[in-house]
Amino acid sequence: MFEAENPSDLTERFTKALLAMGGSLLPETEDPLSEIQMRLGAVRESCSTVPEIRGSRDVQSYAHPAALAGIDIAVIRAAFAVAETGSLCLTDRLLGINGLGYLPQHLIVLLDPKDILPNLHYAYRRPEWLAQNYAVLQTGPSATADIEGVLIHGAQGVRSLTVAMHESKPLS
Amino acid sequence: MSEGNGARDSKMLHPELGDANGQGGAKLQHAEGASKNLQSRRREAQPSGAVIRGDRPVDQSEAANRFMAAPEHAKIHDERLWDLREKRDRQMHGIPEWEELRTLASEIKEHALTRLDHYLELFERNALANGIQLHWAKDAAEHNQIVLGIVRRHDAKRLIKSKSMLTEECGFREFMQTEGVEIIETDLGERIQQLDDEAPSHVVVPAVHKLRGDVAQVFAKTLGSDEDNDDPAYLAERQREATRPLILSAGIGMTGANFLVAESGGVVVCTNEGNADLSANIPPVHIVSAGIEKVIPRLDDLAVFIRLLSRSALGSPITQYTSHFRGPRLGGEMHVVLVDNGRSTRLGMEKFWTSLKCIRCGACMNTCPVFRRSGGLSYGATYAGPIGMIINPTFDPHKYSRLPFSSTLNGSCTNVCPVKINIHEQIAAWRQVMSETHEMPMMKKAMMAAAGRLLAQPALYRVAIAAADSALKHLPRFAVYNRLNSWGRQRELPAPPAETFHAWYKRNRGARK
Repeated sequence: MFEAENPSDLTERFTKALLAMGGSLLPETEDPLSEIQMRLGAVRESCSTVPEIRGSRDVQSYAHPAALAGIDIAVIRAAFAVAETGSLCLTDRLLGINGLGYLPQHLIVLLDPKDILPNLHYAYRRPEWLAQNYAVLQTGPSATADIEGVLIHGAQGVRSLTVAMHESKPLS
Repeated sequence: MSEGNGARDSKMLHPELGDANGQGGAKLQHAEGASKNLQSRRREAQPSGAVIRGDRPVDQSEAANRFMAAPEHAKIHDERLWDLREKRDRQMHGIPEWEELRTLASEIKEHALTRLDHYLELFERNALANGIQLHWAKDAAEHNQIVLGIVRRHDAKRLIKSKSMLTEECGFREFMQTEGVEIIETDLGERIQQLDDEAPSHVVVPAVHKLRGDVAQVFAKTLGSDEDNDDPAYLAERQREATRPLILSAGIGMTGANFLVAESGGVVVCTNEGNADLSANIPPVHIVSAGIEKVIPRLDDLAVFIRLLSRSALGSPITQYTSHFRGPRLGGEMHVVLVDNGRSTRLGMEKFWTSLKCIRCGACMNTCPVFRRSGGLSYGATYAGPIGMIINPTFDPHKYSRLPFSSTLNGSCTNVCPVKINIHEQIAAWRQVMSETHEMPMMKKAMMAAAGRLLAQPALYRVAIAAADSALKHLPRFAVYNRLNSWGRQRELPAPPAETFHAWYKRNRGARK
């Protein structure tokens, strides 16, 4: 579907597209999880829905989505990614509460490089679209250029989106 | 998919606007940010849109002239939209299968539209099975009543919404205001327009006709911000601060829909701010308003449209948020209101039904030389520019009878349309309709009749052209460029040839005839 037979450069293409849309990549380190944990330690309120990281509050402890606005950093895992556009797929199952994708100030997203697909034609063959009630392709942080075309981040949603490449553990 | 370098090397239409190639240190450089560095240099009164007098035909030219008479506004508008066109082209050149995608998109839409009943019923079955409450609205009034009913049942006082041209079409905000329900637009451009009590001027960038100084004035009046601070980042932050608490406490959230997928019973909404997700996921009730023409058969088809939409609209590969909703979230409610409002009638129009393929990308507006210089408000209708010219007459053929004449028929719109609507041909077809139904103004009718007589007499025509060429060669400038010559108002007339082709042919080849 408009793609080479066995593409080997998906991570590279995804990264390039992600950066072009204003996303960031966690700098290469031996231990990305420690790096992330350290960032969470430096802020007042954090929330993680991945087993590998601990936040200051559990997502289920939020009674109403509105309360999520107080979170400085949220850590979630992506279901898959798309190299063509630099997009990450987040679903209600992985978010816990849907609002966790927008209300926190900053997002860190764990992505298993094996889950990077070549383009949107492949993306729309995934099971998530029929299995979940809510799924979003997020491509970089929130942005608007509505005033004289000047680009501004964090117009309504998150101010920054950082991707950390990390294999997902198989569900036991 | 590199974007930066192309922008820096391209020429400006209005170089005096400043440095297209230099970028301020703090400027964000990606996707939308790889745009030309424009900045309005001075404050200037914002020209208002077309004068609306009841049902009398809207005079687009009059409003366009006023827009062009505000040079700072006109130049920024022209430059900004042409920049979007150029970014779209750069995306297109990066996708070898672009034309194939356009053909696919056009064929998928035509297939779906010619089986609209089947796909709408399939969509309904799947949506209902997943817990969505579905409503059918024959027209704008019914749509508004249905939504009001849901609002009342939940005793909600405030509704937040993301951008929806359909709700503009239905006069939704005005209606809800009279019913005492507060509506908050969450898209920044729409919010600016709402606070200014003005309609959006473009389907994708609603406030593109405003300079930063205009926005500063609106926010100073309505949000209490500093009138002299027109820095876009400052203004956006003021808006975010003022709107955030309203979003978090709203009882109902409303979105439009870019696509309805029959296979999954799901709704797709594309935004860059994520405001559709905010509107849909924070309040306990989510209402979707969608025109019936938005339905497409399968998820596979969705891929084609998502690949084309943002590239055509803004020259970025995809919108920052592409959201898919197919059921209420835990403890919440989801409604979808399907609206006809003249669409099924339009489906029966032999020459105009393909206008229903439109995916509201705005590419036609960005490329149209008339739109770029007139501003969207000059059309006096919900939909402006080329697509507006062929849709609006179906809502009110008398009120919009003059719109199809605001075109040079250059066909650029047709070239950029991702779903291959033959826009300029439909504009020409509407002119025919207008003249047949006596909707043409007297002056134009007289001119057309005179031109017809001249063109029907070859010898007379040749004399007239030779005389015109001679006049151009010999008359002083003031005699050529004056109030009678409207064509020459903003451009130079072409240099006249030494002799007409006919004369040349007669001289060189005529003897053999």
